[in-house]
This record gives sequence, C-alpha cells and structure tokens, in this order.
Amino acid sequence: MSETKVIDARDTFCPGPLMELISHIKHVGVGDVIELLSTDQGSAADIPEWVKKVGHEIIGSEQVGNVWHIKVRKAK
Amino acid sequence: MRILVVGGGTAGTIVANNLSRRLTGEIRAGKVRITMLSASDRHMYQPGLLYVAFGQMTPDQLYRDQASLLEPTIDFHVDPVKQFMLDKNQVKTESGKTFEYDTLVIATGSRMVPEETPGMSEGAEFFYTEASAIKMYKKLREFKGGKVMVAVGVPHKCPIAPVEVMFALDDFFKARGIRDKVQLKYHYPIGRLHTIENVAKWAKPEFERIGVDTETLFNIKEIDAKNKVMKSEEGTEVDYDLLIVVPAHRGMEVIERDNLGSGGWIPTDRYSLKMNGYDNVYVVGDTTNLPVSKTGSAAHFQAEAICENIASIIKIGEPVRDYDGKVYCFIEAGHEKATYAMFNYLNPPDLKPPSKPMHWFKLSYNHMYWTSVRGLL
Repeated sequence: MSETKVIDARDTFCPGPLMELISHIKHVGVGDVIELLSTDQGSAADIPEWVKKVGHEIIGSEQVGNVWHIKVRKAK
Repeated sequence: MRILVVGGGTAGTIVANNLSRRLTGEIRAGKVRITMLSASDRHMYQPGLLYVAFGQMTPDQLYRDQASLLEPTIDFHVDPVKQFMLDKNQVKTESGKTFEYDTLVIATGSRMVPEETPGMSEGAEFFYTEASAIKMYKKLREFKGGKVMVAVGVPHKCPIAPVEVMFALDDFFKARGIRDKVQLKYHYPIGRLHTIENVAKWAKPEFERIGVDTETLFNIKEIDAKNKVMKSEEGTEVDYDLLIVVPAHRGMEVIERDNLGSGGWIPTDRYSLKMNGYDNVYVVGDTTNLPVSKTGSAAHFQAEAICENIASIIKIGEPVRDYDGKVYCFIEAGHEKATYAMFNYLNPPDLKPPSKPMHWFKLSYNHMYWTSVRGLL
C-alpha cells in the first residue's frame, strides 16, 4: 500500500525544496507519494522539470496562500 | 538535572561547553551534571579536509584531543551510544553501560555513504575523511592532464564545498603549470549551479571566467570505474579521466536502527530544536531533518539557541529564544580570495565580491575554530 510523506521545505534557502525532494525520494518506496511544501516561487517550475526528466510523476500542484503543495509519486 | 550530550563533534562540544559555562553555579551546587558520550577521543576540524585534499594542510593539523577541548566539569566518556531508549530517558552504550538523563541532546552527526552509489568507491575521489582526502591529493599530484569531472550527491555536508572545489582545482592546476591541459566540468543536481540562488548567480560568471564547463540537473546514478564513465538519473553520461564527487550523506546508523528518523535524520522542530514528540530531547547539527545546511556553522548557531533555552528553563522555567535558521558559510573563491553567505529562514544571502581579507579571515578561522568549539567565540 502506498504512503504519503509530507516534506516541509518552507522558508529554506539551503538546501532548498528541490534538493529536499531529491534527498527524501530515495528513502520512499516506488508508488509512494511525497507532498512537498515550498514557499519558493520557482518550485512550481523547477520541481516538475526535474520530476519529468527523471521519470517520476507529478500528481498535484496547487498554491494555498504563499505555500506551494506539490505532490510527487515515485515511479521507479 | 542530568544533561546528557550524545556526540562529540562541533555541535555536541559547543553544547556541552556552553552549558557548562552558563550553569557553573548550578554544577558547583550539585544541581546540574553534564555528561558527554562520544565515539572518539579525538576531535577533527572537518572543513580542513578540503585543504588536505589540495596539499595545503596535513591531517595532524586537523585534530585535538577531545578531553582538552572540554570544560573540566563535563563528565566525558569515549563510549558511543548503541541504543536510545527515549521512553525510559536512558541510553545504552557500546561498553554495556546505561546512562540516564533528564535532558538529552542528540548530536551524532552524519557520514558519507559512497558505497550506496554503484561504482563510486572504486571510480571516484572524495575528501570527506582523512584517508579519502589524502588519496585525492595523491591522484591530483599524479594527474598530467585530461577531463576532471566534479559531481554532487544529495544530501551532503557543507553545501558550499562543490563550488570551492572548482576554484581550488583551477588554482592547483595553474600552479602546476598544466591548466591548459585540463578540462574542468561541474555537475549539479538541480537546475542551477547552486541551491542558493544568489550563490548560483554569483558562480556562473566566476566559472566562465576560470573556464569551468557546467551541467545542471545531473544526479549521480552509477559510475563505471573500469571505463571511466559517470551516468546520471536524468539519462545523461560523461566520461572522465579524474572524477571528484561529493558523496551523498546519511545520519548515523544508530539513529536509523532505533527508528528515530528516516535516513538517520531525526524529525525536529525548526524553532525549538526539540525532537518531535519529546519535550526533553533536543537535536542539533547534521542530525536534524531540518531544511537547513549541514554545516558546522549551522550546528554552532543551533547549539547556542539550545544552550540558552536549556539554561533558562533551569533558571527561570521558560525558554528564551527560537533558532532562526541562521547559517554563515565562508566561500573560498580561488586566487587567495574568499567571500561568504549568511542567511536564515527568512532572509537570503547577499554575496559580496571575493576579497583577500575575507580569505585571510577564513585562514584565521581554521585556527579560531578551536576557540569556537570550546564555546568561547
């Protein structure tokens, strides 16, 4: 059964939201979902770009207030 | 009040010393006792390893006896923790002893794990241990020319190190008179040259100036050491004559074994630095799961916040401050110049042009560290 893990990467300049996603996605199973919280306005573009290039899957992306909630399913 | 500090690196040592000074009266009165458990009787200045890799420091310059760094009131044991029993307020050590505490500070740190990337241990050089830094220096000394590739694993300690390596390589090969025979290329995991946007913006023209090629969105998947080829998760590959990597890191094994945190990183409140779910357990330095740089500087500022709060809770019953995410990183920029990045949770760094005085300050700090870790600076 797949699980969802929330990564709080709000208000971080280093290592930053995409680095946090790359770190954490190693430690979840194929099919699991990571929900990344980010206040970096660039995340809405650079995270989908990396996810697509590596072959994982974006299953949700919405902005609530100033926080992006980006859901990524590990595909391999 | 029994305060137990687990870990004798930068974070643990500053915590123990800082607390010892803040609580001198309470310790003398027998109301407070500070104990430290460490895996080693020696303390290493880890940033010095980069200098060792380039022949600018020797390993003996990086060490001091741990006991000599600690306030005499600290009860110090070289006896690493084998098991955390947080619900009993106890830890069990490798020697079989059990230590009880009222307040626990976990500062066990992180370790590189090159063995988790196929081919990395055989095919790449790195500098995060004494042995690997010496080996890298020997490889650099032997190198006559060709493609030098640099790549970065995630997460890793010292986020500025990959950038500094490029400037150091440029200086090194220029000094040896073979820079024109060397191609330098930098690979980075995300879509710009550094995770800090202002560092990335600064590094781009600097790399162009010294002739460093770049490739972004490159996460190391595997290394074919026999054929000298590095492959990325993103589907690209590069061949190399000398490969230098910053390996991915994990927290310490005991953290994972006791299910305190995935990857060895303990879930921690970003302001109070308490372990989630435990009011009497603090986490400091690399061991946290916080989205904060894994550096000695972050460990230092976190340690100060923790110590102020533990001491004030003892003295007035309340904490007095939050950790604000502060980090200060020197950036060695080659040609005997340096700059720095200082930031916190809310304010990004504003990089200044590299200067010689800042480089001299960094060289001075290599010695001042021993004052800092004693809790004096």
